[in-house]
Amino acid sequence: MMVGTPRENAVNDPPVIELNDVWFSYDGPPVLEAVNLHIHEGDFACMVGPNGGGKTTLLKLMLGLLLPTHGSVRVFGAAPHHARRRIGYAPQQSQFDPRFPASVMDIALTGRMGRTRLFGPYARSDKRAAARALEEVGCYDLRKQAFPSLSGGQRQRVLIARALASEPELLLLDEPTANLDIKVEGEFQELLRELSKRLTIVLVSHDVGFVAPFVKTVVCVRHRVSVHPTSQLTGELVSELYGQEVRMIQHSHDCLEGRK
Amino acid sequence: MIGEFLQALHRYPFMQYAVATGVLASVACGVVGSYIVVRRITYVAGGISHCVLGGMGAAMYLNKVHGWHWLHPLHGATAMALAAALLIGLVGLRYKQREDTVISAVWAIGMAAGVLFITKTPGYASDLMSYLFGNILMVTPADLRLIGLLDAAVVASALVFYKQFLAVCFDEEYARARGLRVEFYYLFLLCLTALTVVLLVTVVGIIMVIALLTLPVAVAGHFAQRLWHMMVLSAVLSAVLTTAGLAISYGPDLPAGATIIVLAGAAYLATTLLHRPLSALARKGTPHAQSL
Repeated sequence: MMVGTPRENAVNDPPVIELNDVWFSYDGPPVLEAVNLHIHEGDFACMVGPNGGGKTTLLKLMLGLLLPTHGSVRVFGAAPHHARRRIGYAPQQSQFDPRFPASVMDIALTGRMGRTRLFGPYARSDKRAAARALEEVGCYDLRKQAFPSLSGGQRQRVLIARALASEPELLLLDEPTANLDIKVEGEFQELLRELSKRLTIVLVSHDVGFVAPFVKTVVCVRHRVSVHPTSQLTGELVSELYGQEVRMIQHSHDCLEGRK
Repeated sequence: MIGEFLQALHRYPFMQYAVATGVLASVACGVVGSYIVVRRITYVAGGISHCVLGGMGAAMYLNKVHGWHWLHPLHGATAMALAAALLIGLVGLRYKQREDTVISAVWAIGMAAGVLFITKTPGYASDLMSYLFGNILMVTPADLRLIGLLDAAVVASALVFYKQFLAVCFDEEYARARGLRVEFYYLFLLCLTALTVVLLVTVVGIIMVIALLTLPVAVAGHFAQRLWHMMVLSAVLSAVLTTAGLAISYGPDLPAGATIIVLAGAAYLATTLLHRPLSALARKGTPHAQSL
């Protein structure tokens, strides 16, 4: 089921993200093998696959945080670190110091890095961009609150706002729906649907159930990569991807609830 | 007791220099200490502060034995602290797994070199104690000028790059993804740490520097919700603690550095014990808060 957008026919343009025969390994067996992947403007791609399959690695290659062992990664036709100004990135939220003294606004403003001036405090234009981003994700009223005091869902929204504050054209999101309960996840999908109207989005999810109606491309990552339009995503494909894990995946919501 | 201190403060320049040194060092201590605590590199500060003894000893040795009269122990301390910061920083960036080994090595070798230099400097073995445990009452106007200069440099650069330091301390990887040169800012922060350590060594001595760098910040951390609040609070607290330590130690002739540290420890203990029940009460209405 595809949602029509003005950019529907952009498929003929040069791709926003282009991976050609990419191999990657951290000191050991390859995490990614012979990956070819093109993401076009206006796409909403969801990268799914088992833990350790290389999803986050793939995202970090697109950001230029990691360099491929072999092959080439191009973003907006350039090396990733030259395209950074145009990429908004929201990492997994579990890695933060839960006592870091910063307000929601402070965090959103760090998204202005790379665009703001070098010396002194943020400019007024930075504050405006951060405020606009917080408004877009519905967290403007929380701007003065301490970031660590927020709920998981609120934090996730603030991290998206931080990514949006950089006024990106491409949004890379790593597990934005991890540790969210179903209700919050529903609101979250609504936000992503809105954003996908004006941005190219690549999202990582370990939860194949996340593949929502508005996702256009499913990228299955398990060391190797295969790309499917959402219409092709069948039970057969899912079990091929996850193998034995598939039963657990299907009940992942219940598992999460039970653990809380 | 406090009256006695105020009288001495009025009458003796050395007392005024001591208070001024404490207050100046406190500003750098609050600002840089906050970065150190949120970036979790207090052990790096520990390594830098201890190896400073090597620099002080070498400077004194060259001064007395080789007649380099312009060379002051604080110069040696500054050079040594910066060298140690860069060494630890570069090794940490290149070979993360070796970082703690380098810190331990710098820590102990610096101290060993200091002890050797000082024992070979005729007539100055007693200075060892004042370097280790601080001697804020011996600050000269020349020292004070150098301390003021270092303080201004440290605080100015720490504040001019506040937004970058905050970004790097909060989420280094994200800062890198935004195109920030995080390695540069990390080394820069370590150099600021080194200079702050030199300032604090004058106040409380090499051994107790880490306590003054971290305890006021830890107290402020109970109350501060933003990084600059934490800096202001801990700088004020540190100034109050050093001045109070001087006042209390003056009458009964106690070592000032140790008195300051005991006061800081007491402040930390008191706020930690009182903070928990208070914030638990305040948090009752908001189920989401602190859920992680």
